[in-house]
Amino acid sequence: MSRPFRGKVKMDFWFFTKILVIAALCLFIVYPFYTILTKSIFSSKVDGVTLYNFQRFFSKPYYYRSLLRSLVVCSSTMVLAAVLGVFIAYVMTRYNVPGKNILHVLIIMSLMSPPFIGAYSWIVLLGRNGLLARLMSSIGLTAPTIYGRNGIIFVFTLHLFPYVYLYTSGAMNSIDSSLEEAAENLGMSKLRRIWTITIPVVLPSILAGCIMVFMTSLADFGTPMLLGEGYTVLPVLVYNEYMSESAVDPYMASSLSVIIVACSLVMLGFQKLVVDKKNYTMSTLRPPQETKLHGVKRFLTALPIYIVLFLALLPQVVVICQSFVERSFSGVVQGINLNNYRTILSRLGSNIFNTYYFSLVAIVFIVIFGILVSYILVRKKGKVANVIDTLIMFPYVIPGSVLGIGLIVAFNKPPIVLVGTAAIMIISYIVRKLPYTVRSGSAFLYQMDPSVEEASINLGVSPMKTFFTVTARMMMPGVMSGAVLSWITCINELSSSIMLYSGKTSTIAVAIYQEVTRMSDGTAGALATILTLTTVISLLIVFRVTKGKVKIV
Amino acid sequence: MSNEVIIQNAVKRYGDFTALSDVSLKIAKGEFFTLLGPSGCGKTTLLRMIAGFNSIEGGDFFFGDKRINDVPAHKRDIGMVFQNYAIFPHMTVEENVAYGLKARKTPRAEIDKRVKEALELVQILPLAKRKPSELSGGQQQRVALARAFVIEPSVLLMDEPLSNLDAKLRVQMRSIIKKLQRRLGITTIYVTHDQEEALAISDRIAVMKEGHVMQIGTPRDIYAKPANPFVAGFIGVSNFLPCQVEKVKDGRAMVNVSGMEGQKVKIDVNRDYAGKATLSARPEQLFFAKEGMPGVVTFTTFLGDFIEYEVQLESGQSITINEYTKDTTEVHEAGEKVHIHFDPTRVSLFDENGEVLSR
Repeated sequence: MSRPFRGKVKMDFWFFTKILVIAALCLFIVYPFYTILTKSIFSSKVDGVTLYNFQRFFSKPYYYRSLLRSLVVCSSTMVLAAVLGVFIAYVMTRYNVPGKNILHVLIIMSLMSPPFIGAYSWIVLLGRNGLLARLMSSIGLTAPTIYGRNGIIFVFTLHLFPYVYLYTSGAMNSIDSSLEEAAENLGMSKLRRIWTITIPVVLPSILAGCIMVFMTSLADFGTPMLLGEGYTVLPVLVYNEYMSESAVDPYMASSLSVIIVACSLVMLGFQKLVVDKKNYTMSTLRPPQETKLHGVKRFLTALPIYIVLFLALLPQVVVICQSFVERSFSGVVQGINLNNYRTILSRLGSNIFNTYYFSLVAIVFIVIFGILVSYILVRKKGKVANVIDTLIMFPYVIPGSVLGIGLIVAFNKPPIVLVGTAAIMIISYIVRKLPYTVRSGSAFLYQMDPSVEEASINLGVSPMKTFFTVTARMMMPGVMSGAVLSWITCINELSSSIMLYSGKTSTIAVAIYQEVTRMSDGTAGALATILTLTTVISLLIVFRVTKGKVKIV
Repeated sequence: MSNEVIIQNAVKRYGDFTALSDVSLKIAKGEFFTLLGPSGCGKTTLLRMIAGFNSIEGGDFFFGDKRINDVPAHKRDIGMVFQNYAIFPHMTVEENVAYGLKARKTPRAEIDKRVKEALELVQILPLAKRKPSELSGGQQQRVALARAFVIEPSVLLMDEPLSNLDAKLRVQMRSIIKKLQRRLGITTIYVTHDQEEALAISDRIAVMKEGHVMQIGTPRDIYAKPANPFVAGFIGVSNFLPCQVEKVKDGRAMVNVSGMEGQKVKIDVNRDYAGKATLSARPEQLFFAKEGMPGVVTFTTFLGDFIEYEVQLESGQSITINEYTKDTTEVHEAGEKVHIHFDPTRVSLFDENGEVLSR
């Protein structure tokens, strides 16, 4: 008689892979975060378990104001990014905007560029002694200040509107044109058609983009740190609490981390409950047609897009120009040459080496884990896969500085001491950037019919060998395009690096931050140019490989 | 080598849902056997159990005298053609067809020879170097077919292989598959929901419904002598007329068909029975007559080789009658009063429980 199948655990390759993945996730995500949680309910000022830190947070303006400020900045950014993103998405999908494909690529590039470089560059333009600021004062005008709340919102919006654009244009391209034609046929005017049909149908995608904007701006550390000037938001407060030389307070920093994560989780819960449930699935037989405009009308329609993109990409250009300008310590221009590059190569060569070395090692692990985890999530569905899915995506929503603190408090004492090593930097990169590759890889695998694998097994090739010769081979485009995004975000990573680096393990991003605070614009510019060029080249490779069909979101 | 397939008491459950309950089949060596039924009847489930992609919860599966329940899928030596073809997109036509032979460590020279022969048999040898993305649906279908039979499997499985093709190509591929199977003599198990396809292609058919086998037989048997009203209705079109069996005498039932009171119909039956019954008649088994069930023509459809009539009987029931144009010159128009009759030796009779009575 045959044995019943249920309840029998197969001790195969995937069984051991699952165990390995779960163990790694527990060690590097669950354990650090658990340590933060336990630290948050202790204090150096009170004995035993206490909510003292939280009480202090909600009673002292110094603390709770930062939460309010974070919420103000993030919500304003979200609204502005939504307006820009939806408008650009609509115009780009529905009109014959000149240079459409290049614009699309540029929008993606502005999103993938390191965020704090935008902030630094705007200081160069509009900060004290800024180029534009001086230019305007010479003709008797007062330039708007880039410091404080409005500056942060301005830089965030220009950097993050592409999220809304990418989500929304994706959805707008998948509306069947018969939907809008039906509304037209029933007698709706054009504007009311957009308002009653187009926007509601793409609303879930718009909201998904908005949530990405909110969570990214909530987690970002570099921009508000450079521009805040006393306008302290939560991640900056966490850094100050943990790093300020006067009094290192891991307990308060932990409590603050818990508060940030709570905010992120609320947003994520909102997404799961509202946005995901309202998603419409459409079968697009006829994609929407673009309206052909001519002459001045065509140019005027596209003009706002050009202006926004000009502003979004201006920082990159400014930074590259800065890198060739040699200045004295007092800021006087000495000449146009390559001295900044000579300086960073001699003084900060190890930072450059570290950045590429850490990121490359991280990427090797990310690709291997990315393939295996994507396969488990899509083809080995079940309770274990669900646990892995949740844990893998968790670092996606926690700010880098929080993860950094988590890794420090978890691994600064035996049994495992990693603080100050290259390993802890690499681990933080793997944990934080793996989601890009897993998302891309699993989305790709979802579209792959399992019968292709079955055909191989059926023809006599064992499941193991089939995975490596057929499945992994076919997943490669999806995994690789995700891996390049992981790679780009690794080299540009600041918020966890700044928590975890030591003298020997500092990276380019950390060095830029330090050079900017030292007012050394030229060397910061040269370092930023290296990152920007690497980012652009990596993106171009992805576009080439995926024939422009790269999925960022 | 081709082999016979024996399935004894196969069971498949998904949680509380029983997808397959106690199915037993014996498929002869070289036979073209079809699992036919509506979606959700368990036919694909059974096929995937044979292939090794679904676990077997109960019963025994044999290829010849070898029990295969615990043989992993890649060691069962089965050729399979998938519904969406499952061509490896990153390999050429040639490489796709050679894949199974490589897995069997066939010598290079023999692989080349057999791949060439297989591609020739399905008439796509000129496409050998192409990538799948450069092929039409029908061509991909041929690659899938060649890839499955080139390994000379003990059994060939086909999961609705023609469902993604257009109507004309489907008929064409159907005869290619049938002729190929005859020529190679591979035991073939074919899954479809298309009854016409099943009738055209099979040596024998198992009609399935909700995880049960309703009838096994040759296409002609199943069409002419359906074992129950489900089979009668699923294979072809049947009109079900309520009737009453008064008594059985010398193996003949005296049947009283409603609407034909006073005209006793005699039908040969297989056992004694009295009570309510259902008479099942195909549209082409009914004809217009001087006497019979009175009714009114409600709709006439001219279909070329025959005319299809919709007739409403006095009971209110609507029935379908086909009349071949070569047999008649008279066309009945809507509104015309008619009488319907049938040949009692051709219709089927089922008792109250749906068990077949007619012989």
